[in-house]
Amino acid sequence: MTAGTSLRPSTAGPARRPLRRLEPYSQVGAAAVLFLVLLGVGAALYPNFVSGQALMDLLIKNAFLIPLAVGMTFVILTGGIDLSVGAVMALGTVVAATLLQQGWPAWLVIPTVLLVGIVVGLLVGGMISKFNIQPFIATLAAMFFARGMCLVITDRSIAIDDGFFKWINLAKISLWESSTTNARGRVRVTDVTITPSVLIALSLVVVAFVILHYTRFGRTVYAIGGSESSSRLMGLAVNRTKVSVYAISGLCAALSGLLFTFYTASGDPVAGIGYELNAIAAVVIGGTLLSGGYGYVLGSLLGVLTIGVIYSYKEFDGDLNTGWTRVMVGALLCFFIVLQRVIVARRRR
Amino acid sequence: MKTLVNHRLFWPSAILAALLLANLLVNPSFFSISLMDGNLFGPLVDILRRAAPIVLVALGMTLVIATRGIDLSVGAVAAISGAWASMYIISSGDRLSVKVVLTAAGVALLMALVAGVWNGFLVSVLGIQPIVATLVLMTAGRGFAQIITSEKILYPDNSPAYKLIGGGYLLAVPFSILLAGGIFALTAVLTRKTALGTLIESVGVNPEASRLAGVRSRSITWTVYIFSAFCAGLAGLMLTSNSTSADPNSIGLFIELDAILAVVIGGTSLAGGRFSLAGTLIGAFIIEAMDAFVVIAISPRTTDVFKACVVVAVCVLQSPDARRVLFGRFRRRPPKEPAPVATRPAAPPPPQAPSSVDAAIATTPATVPSRGDVR
Repeated sequence: MTAGTSLRPSTAGPARRPLRRLEPYSQVGAAAVLFLVLLGVGAALYPNFVSGQALMDLLIKNAFLIPLAVGMTFVILTGGIDLSVGAVMALGTVVAATLLQQGWPAWLVIPTVLLVGIVVGLLVGGMISKFNIQPFIATLAAMFFARGMCLVITDRSIAIDDGFFKWINLAKISLWESSTTNARGRVRVTDVTITPSVLIALSLVVVAFVILHYTRFGRTVYAIGGSESSSRLMGLAVNRTKVSVYAISGLCAALSGLLFTFYTASGDPVAGIGYELNAIAAVVIGGTLLSGGYGYVLGSLLGVLTIGVIYSYKEFDGDLNTGWTRVMVGALLCFFIVLQRVIVARRRR
Repeated sequence: MKTLVNHRLFWPSAILAALLLANLLVNPSFFSISLMDGNLFGPLVDILRRAAPIVLVALGMTLVIATRGIDLSVGAVAAISGAWASMYIISSGDRLSVKVVLTAAGVALLMALVAGVWNGFLVSVLGIQPIVATLVLMTAGRGFAQIITSEKILYPDNSPAYKLIGGGYLLAVPFSILLAGGIFALTAVLTRKTALGTLIESVGVNPEASRLAGVRSRSITWTVYIFSAFCAGLAGLMLTSNSTSADPNSIGLFIELDAILAVVIGGTSLAGGRFSLAGTLIGAFIIEAMDAFVVIAISPRTTDVFKACVVVAVCVLQSPDARRVLFGRFRRRPPKEPAPVATRPAAPPPPQAPSSVDAAIATTPATVPSRGDVR
């Protein structure tokens, strides 16, 4: 790509070329800058906002949002959208809690929950690719279906009383020792810890990154988002890839359901209402084009963390109205959508 | 007979009739309407009353979808307007005053209009895809509602004038039914007795061609989003006044989905360019009749699963590809491309046949579709 452009006589002056090369990363860069600015503002307003453990808490509290955003990235890269992820996640928690209540062992429950997610995703993907139904309406139906199934199974939250789930709920992994100074000047030495869920979520991001950038499947995902008809003419497996993308999203949603049960030790039929919006917002803030074909899964991780920082403002300041966090997420979403629009318009020119 | 079956409202009406009959089977007193204290009561009246906010929102949604758009923010807009009106009535000293209620409702509707202007601006001026543009307000709108109420659940009771909007009676008929009916009639007259409906459809078929043909497609797109938000605001007032409480998190939750469902069931294609207000009305009634049936006959907890099945069934029946898969084997020559209706001699009449005609219209850009019928 770079070799090709350097051979051509460039209309832009040579001085602008280094910036041109950075342009694909401009949105991820904007997200990173924004993330740092939000952290900086938080650090200025509240003590210990950027202490080691507070940053790790950001990951711990948003661990179940990361798989949702990863799955959504795949779907949005193909130019689709998945509104069912929040409901599928709730279905995952409910299925896990119910099966554990029935006395199933944990090693059987976990694959079953993941399978449920995959099946829902396969059905949705089949509807979209086979019957050419708009992704938005098909996943809407899946959302109704999954949320409805949750309520059919149980209409109240189920506590989980399984050894493995309890262990993972309490498990902590020490990273390093840190010393904090409190208001009276006392120095406390504590371990900075994370949970196994964070490791699971982060390894999912790594796997997704490898799949998207280093496999044939990943390139097909980008190609479909770029132009579906061109990909079809190129002989790429468009239908199979589209179905797989929704299956991946279902799998990720079920996984985040599992992480949610690890975090709360319960299965909740009304968990995750509106999480699809957070996941979409995270993906958009992370620089993925909603029309598909362009974006990075690492950006989505950054998007999740950015939203996490906004929510942690609320935790550090009890008087802050929760409404403001939502408005801020909406405002960020709007900013990045308009930014995308400008960038696309510039590229067309 | 054949023209009757081919009428595009035939299948929705048939489904509605079947659902009403099913309701009658599980509840023998389903059609009974009694006069109590000079007011009408009965299961049918209940269904109409519960459908009123959905009808309102779905009306706006129909016009938005006709321009090939979608408005996901209606639930949030309903929450904003409902929360503001409740808050204003509670914080004002005189809850009984009609003037206070009128001011509350007026300002709430104004806020909804502002929301609509915002949505319309993003879609028609900045050219952002509608689903994305309205997502912004869908995320932020409930936040605004929470800010308005300071995260409290409000109880604007003791105000008969406010109660009238959603739960009161006028001339023995629930006021919400009259309100929704009035707005419906007004919209029907404005879109079908003037050129407005045709203009909206032409924008939905091809905004660029319409603009070149002299249609002000930008203002039309903008207007339908404003109208949709106005309807949503009115529905928000209705919902809060009927339940005598305003929780910004639950006012109008998922009403956008019900509205879209009503529009799609009514035969308005999501691809834009064609709409049927009467179909939307029937669609909203189908949703409520189905809810009533499922609640009585099966279990209230299963309503969402049934809704999902209906969405899937309707979408599959409307999709030309699916019909080719499902009904194709009955044909002598399965055509590769969706062929015109006239060249299918021995085929059994597929349900909702007009929508493939619609697909044919949608692929020929500059054609302005013929005027649909309201009734």
